[in-house]
Amino acid sequence: MSERNLLVGPFNRVEGDLELRLEVDAGQVRAAYANSPLFRGFERMMIGKDPRDALTITPRICGICSISQSAAAAIALADAAGVRPTPEGEKVAALLHAVENLADHVTHFNLFFMPDFAKPGYAGRDWFDAAVARFTAGKGSSLRRAIDARAQLLHIVGLLGGKWPHTLAIQPGGVTRAPSARDLIRIGTSLRAFRRYLEEQLFGAPLEAFLSLGTGDQAANWTTGDAGFFMTIAADLDLQALGRGRGRYMSFGAYPMRDGPLFAPGLWRDGARHDIDHAAIAEDLSHAWMLGETAHPTRAETLPDAAMSGPAYSWCKAPRLAGETVEVGALARQILDGHPLALSLAEEGSVRARILGRLLEIARSQLVLEELLSSINPAGKFMDQVTIPHDGTGVGLVEAARGSLGHWLRIEDGKIASYQIIAPTTWNFSPRDSAGIPGPVEGSLVGAAVGDDEDTPLSVQHIVRSYDPCMVCTVH
Amino acid sequence: MSLLCAESPGVLDLLEGAGLELLWHPALSAATGGEVRALLAQVESGALPLDILCVEGSILRGPNGTGRFQMLSGTGRSMLDWVTSLAAKARHVVAVGTCATYGGVTSAGENPADAVGVQYEGVEMGGALSRDFRSGSGMPVINVAGCPTHPDWVTETLLLLASDQLDQAGLDGYGRPRFYADHLVHHACPKNEFYEYKASATNLSEGGCMMEHLGCVGTQAVGDCNIRTWNGEGSCTRAGYPCINCTAPEFEEPGHGFTETPKFAGIPVGLPTDMPKAWFMALASLSKAATPRRVRENAVADRLVVPPSLRKPKS
Repeated sequence: MSERNLLVGPFNRVEGDLELRLEVDAGQVRAAYANSPLFRGFERMMIGKDPRDALTITPRICGICSISQSAAAAIALADAAGVRPTPEGEKVAALLHAVENLADHVTHFNLFFMPDFAKPGYAGRDWFDAAVARFTAGKGSSLRRAIDARAQLLHIVGLLGGKWPHTLAIQPGGVTRAPSARDLIRIGTSLRAFRRYLEEQLFGAPLEAFLSLGTGDQAANWTTGDAGFFMTIAADLDLQALGRGRGRYMSFGAYPMRDGPLFAPGLWRDGARHDIDHAAIAEDLSHAWMLGETAHPTRAETLPDAAMSGPAYSWCKAPRLAGETVEVGALARQILDGHPLALSLAEEGSVRARILGRLLEIARSQLVLEELLSSINPAGKFMDQVTIPHDGTGVGLVEAARGSLGHWLRIEDGKIASYQIIAPTTWNFSPRDSAGIPGPVEGSLVGAAVGDDEDTPLSVQHIVRSYDPCMVCTVH
Repeated sequence: MSLLCAESPGVLDLLEGAGLELLWHPALSAATGGEVRALLAQVESGALPLDILCVEGSILRGPNGTGRFQMLSGTGRSMLDWVTSLAAKARHVVAVGTCATYGGVTSAGENPADAVGVQYEGVEMGGALSRDFRSGSGMPVINVAGCPTHPDWVTETLLLLASDQLDQAGLDGYGRPRFYADHLVHHACPKNEFYEYKASATNLSEGGCMMEHLGCVGTQAVGDCNIRTWNGEGSCTRAGYPCINCTAPEFEEPGHGFTETPKFAGIPVGLPTDMPKAWFMALASLSKAATPRRVRENAVADRLVVPPSLRKPKS
């Protein structure tokens, strides 16, 4: 078939708004352009406000990664003040954050990603009837079980953080609620219930068994639970060859503690781990509807180009690390933390690898939560009072479910003078840069198969959703 | 996404049980791309009836009134255009969340995107839709305000609509369903005893009432947050931080820090709306003088330090 262009949207089961323009040639994507068609302007709204207001406003960037934004804002303010939260407060903040990340991963697998396999395009496959029963959007049995388990899990946030999303409990000096021994017991019951969901439904086996997998080949033989069902589909559709990335990954490191984050930070490049040169982060504006020059977030501005002039095609800036794209997310985080299964998937970098990375992190996060909970001392101090300086700068780097999130803040005369945010999906779904290099997802889409009768190709949907984009954060 | 936290039963069972068929939801539905465009075309042509149009998020009018800051992907049309068109076909229009109702946080600061609510711009009627807009049912836009909304506020509004039990008399002066908006966040707040004695927390994380120093406006804010609670047993004040009136228009610009109470001559401004100020001051000074040691000490501690004293029954 001859060349044609496709405009794919509205793109649902991703968080927020995404439009793809695809150039298709000979049944394959030849080039892809990811457009974030929404401009929001949170960075501009912050200017002139009391720095502490960031704790109220930035979580509201997102209804799904809200606690990640809280955590980044709180750390940026603490950094500006030159303090750390109390040790017990830090643990509770990590607990809240890890619950959100875990809930997001489970939501992604069940509600966003798997329902594509219940679509009529796959009728006739051996696994199709089971996919319909388990993962039909809005109806499937696995999906219902996941929604219920997730709602119960978020009781932990209700108890410690008041509500989900948009808690104000996470502060630069710790958390606003000191949990009692009774509260911790109650949280333990929520965690045990969630482990039961994971072991009965998602993995169909003890978490420790899944965590003992050391390679992608071993994982391919995993048969139980919804995870095993995914592996069956992945083998049949060759998802290990679909949507491959460039093999460069970054993680800022997750859940800061006194003796280092629970998941280690770093850059994965050329098959090895390196330290991140944070000064080498810059946002390229050549293909974003933004005015100004490529700059580090401490010097950057957000000036939307109301004329929306070309060659720009997205409201998303293009962050680069030393001029290169990096992929962020659960797979990246687990690679940089050195888990053997993730390391074995680093080069593959496919749809299958991203989903497996997320499943691995689900299992590991449950353990992290259990360990954190048992380490909290209810007699301890959960919050220090922190005075925010009249002038200063601060950086808050965290790992949201979807990857590395940074807040860069400058305070002048007691007010916010600059607030720049780079969200995970800004990295993954960035447009081209001034060298013409496509963003990570744009690159992964090249080569995806497009059927002659498809206007919204299934392969493209799998690739895009394997990244678990959060477009509302992207364009903050 | 707070909707997914609905419980007993979960959101899918709630809607299905009430006979509500979800035509399309950006996070829950199977249909993507071309299938969605076809569905929207059917609604626009009138071939597919639209009982309830739910809108989440504010509507962006910028740049320069074009709405191009917010295009519905794949359609070449702005969300402003889509909402106007679909609202004209809908029996009911429901704005979900304070951004969709009044503009909310997305209209804060200089409001660079020119964000408005579906039928309000802050406290003023007239947003993406005009103040005179009425949906097929004759109702204005129903405003399920809250940042976030409680999942029950959304589902109960939809269930009331589906059973024809929500009419204009069921909405308050800002279009909010009265089943939750006739309550104040103050109702059932566990800090009520501290409020009674004006035993105030001086810092976040302390147990006392947060009205005097920490910006809490629970005595003025509508919402049954402390009656029904969130995500199990939660609420803002239960977690030790103030109510910031997120169900109200223009909550995003309080004119002071969210966690500080503006004062005039040492007296908080913005006292409870339906109480004469002089009475409030008189009662406050009396109750402060009468505060028991237990309440006074617990107010400034990060956990309960003085338990209630025990009294033996009279024999």
